[in-house]
Amino acid sequence: MTVRRVMGIETEYGISVPGDPTANPMVLSGRVVTAYATQQGMRAARAGWDYEDEAPLRDARGFDMARAIADPSQLTDEEDPTLANVVLTNGARLYVDHAHPEYSSPEVTTPRAAITWDRAGELVMREAVGLLAVPGTPGVNLYKNNTDGKGASYGTHENYLMSRATPFADVVRHLIPFFVARQVMCGSGRVGIGVESTRPGFQLAQRSDFFEVEVGLETTLKRPIINTRDEPHAVAERYRRLHVIIGDANHSDVSNLLKLGTTSLVLGMIEAGAVTEDLTVDKPVESLHRLSHDPTLKATVEVAGRRTMTGVQLLWSYYELADTWLQQTYGGELDPDTAEVMQRWEQVLTTLERDPMDAAREVDWVTKLQALEGFRARDGLEWSDPRLKAIDIQWSDVRADKGLFNRMLAAGRVDQLVDDDTVRAAVTAPPEDTRAYFRGTCLARFPQEVAAASWDSVIFDVRSQPSLQRVPTLEPERGTKSHVGGLLEQAGSADELLRLLAQDAPTGA
Amino acid sequence: MATQEHKSPQRRDADPADDAPEPAPATAPAKQELDSDIDSVLDEIDGVLESNSEEFVRGFVQKGGQ
Repeated sequence: MTVRRVMGIETEYGISVPGDPTANPMVLSGRVVTAYATQQGMRAARAGWDYEDEAPLRDARGFDMARAIADPSQLTDEEDPTLANVVLTNGARLYVDHAHPEYSSPEVTTPRAAITWDRAGELVMREAVGLLAVPGTPGVNLYKNNTDGKGASYGTHENYLMSRATPFADVVRHLIPFFVARQVMCGSGRVGIGVESTRPGFQLAQRSDFFEVEVGLETTLKRPIINTRDEPHAVAERYRRLHVIIGDANHSDVSNLLKLGTTSLVLGMIEAGAVTEDLTVDKPVESLHRLSHDPTLKATVEVAGRRTMTGVQLLWSYYELADTWLQQTYGGELDPDTAEVMQRWEQVLTTLERDPMDAAREVDWVTKLQALEGFRARDGLEWSDPRLKAIDIQWSDVRADKGLFNRMLAAGRVDQLVDDDTVRAAVTAPPEDTRAYFRGTCLARFPQEVAAASWDSVIFDVRSQPSLQRVPTLEPERGTKSHVGGLLEQAGSADELLRLLAQDAPTGA
Repeated sequence: MATQEHKSPQRRDADPADDAPEPAPATAPAKQELDSDIDSVLDEIDGVLESNSEEFVRGFVQKGGQ
């Protein structure tokens, strides 16, 4: 068990036209996607999405929801030609989801790579904002946040590939307490308490108040701590894709690395049966809200009906379990990615335990709160002051000059784990160790011949064949550079690539 | 488990000796430094914050998503 597993991050961005709150967000989101795709020489409708294997109503508990009773927003597999959608050469998907532009990162295998390609998405959105900033027009602004503070929330989802053999009940039991506490080190901070910010104040996480139930299929209403969508985008009998909807969009590399890294470790322990302690939290939804509402981190939850713990203490329990497990398995010889996550995890918990405000260089909500408290002290502002709410929103503006987090970063006030050049390269280059390599490279090499793509297929339209040629990519860790890089290099055309893949069928993408 | 035992005290129960090298008088300059650091954060934000906060906040209306 290490932090390594197939994972990815999907981020829906907030969108607005300055001075025009009534602008149609679907149309605007379409313009964002189309503007970026056009700039890249792609047609947003050309390399469309292949919906064949999508099943958004399949439930991990073993049944399908009837389409008739599903909320229309759950029917994500019905193609709407008016909605823009493009697969990028880095293997990501850029499209319109509901009323937001969304960047779904390519599949990666480490937390470090996850934050690299997630930040590449920020650069994509920033580029689109720049393209739409036509002089004489108000332009479009994009925000990497999760709520407007007025009752609407939009998601940042993580995906983790898991073994199908792990009972889903184990995932639910051991993951709920972890998710209740995880916000302490991964929350992005929010001005306002309650979904509509009816109570003035500051809380740890953007998303927490929007969660109403423990387990469920929905993502847009009655949001559950554990989402049961069972759409593996891979060989279904072997894998489960755990779809995590409870996280915030992170700006800080450290918070983001910990979000992906610690969750992957906890999943590894669940798969290995190594969560040997009962950490069941009483009233998880209420506890989630309570912890989020207390930036002093003194709030407690009741664990296993016999002790109270703070969020930090609960996370220490998971840390200890992981530490013990890694010691037993590897005897201290950890791979660099796992070692980095463990070291950061320990360091951040230690700091938060000493004084939460000391974590301003690492933890998103603390960076934000420190700035807000500065304004409160200097100008005597109440939490209800519009200036604090404005800072909260503008914090997430994707522009380098306007985004307040970006200013903090440029001023050297937060720790950065992945350098800018690496992120810039990831805007166009796919990860090399998953099927995203095959998908992205096909798009880069043969943009005219790729008719559509999805997580688990690339569809070619080549002259020599009367029908479309679908190359399934159901194994996320095939189609890597070491696996198909040679074939892709050798192929002078899409036709030739298909021929080579057919000859190489047993090891094909 | 030796490693764990070694790590726990260092991490959980901050050894008072660790704090010893920091003499009490150091607190005042450190606080001043911190204050001026916060001031520069505020200046940074003041320089780019939307001028009409109320209107800006009112105008940021989103449709729900996932």
